[in-house]
Amino acid sequence: MPPRMKATVTVTLKNGVLDPQGRAIESALKGLGFDGVGDVRAGKIIELELADGTSRETVEAMARQLLANTVIENFRIDMP
Amino acid sequence: MKCAVIVFPGSNCDRDLADAITKVTGRAPAMIWHRETTLPDGLDFIGIPGGFSYGDYLRSGAMAARSPVMQAVVAAANQGRAVLGICNGFQVLTETGLLPGALMRNAGLNFLCRDVRLTVENSQSIFTSHYAAGDEIVLPIAHHDGNYVADAATLDRLEAEGRVALRYAEPVNGSARNIAGILNDAGNVLGMMPHPERVIETEQGGSDGRRLFEAALMALA
Repeated sequence: MPPRMKATVTVTLKNGVLDPQGRAIESALKGLGFDGVGDVRAGKIIELELADGTSRETVEAMARQLLANTVIENFRIDMP
Repeated sequence: MKCAVIVFPGSNCDRDLADAITKVTGRAPAMIWHRETTLPDGLDFIGIPGGFSYGDYLRSGAMAARSPVMQAVVAAANQGRAVLGICNGFQVLTETGLLPGALMRNAGLNFLCRDVRLTVENSQSIFTSHYAAGDEIVLPIAHHDGNYVADAATLDRLEAEGRVALRYAEPVNGSARNIAGILNDAGNVLGMMPHPERVIETEQGGSDGRRLFEAALMALA
């Protein structure tokens, strides 16, 4: 096994794109009695195990080409 | 008249679509598996069926859009071949970028499976020329992610260019401007959430979908 590093890609809906799932979570939280909950947005986290030395540009290309749909989503990359 | 239907793992309307094409043209389409890298020569019409390609993993249509066969479909579409994407096929077409916008989770979060009334907005396309503009038709829907989203500038452009082919007669799934089906700028690619292939003869409970196939397949014959 070659040395491995990890990157985390967080995909979130762009501002202005209505998030039906976030809305449902919001109303469920309110239904449970949690007061003061404002806007809720749901996204996803994708953890990648990568060969050591993989560049941020490569992970960005992965995000643009597949992991996020940049028509409706933004992404953030966290890696060493 | 040579037709093909693309089949992904998880497609489940591919045989209905093939049946509709066969009934209208008298000739069965080629069924093309997702791992193919080339399409048969001389294709006139490519259908992308409904279903849950690749289990809807990541986003509906996302994996299918990156499968080997879709590169060939995109190339064929750019050469002017007719491409019809239905339901998951529409999601695949937006994921490839052949059609603008995206299809998100239905606003009410429910999977919707019922007949809906639609208005034909544009009867000038190869797919809709057997309807009249303003016609009301009834087609079934069966989807969880049919909520069409695009930015305001894109929506305005689609409207101005007559590229909204079909509109829900009333709000169904949260789609922007009740859009149910759109054309690409050249008019040879149509993506739509409702299922015309499920209503091509009265035994199926309706036949409003048949004219779409007759229009597209006769225009190309």
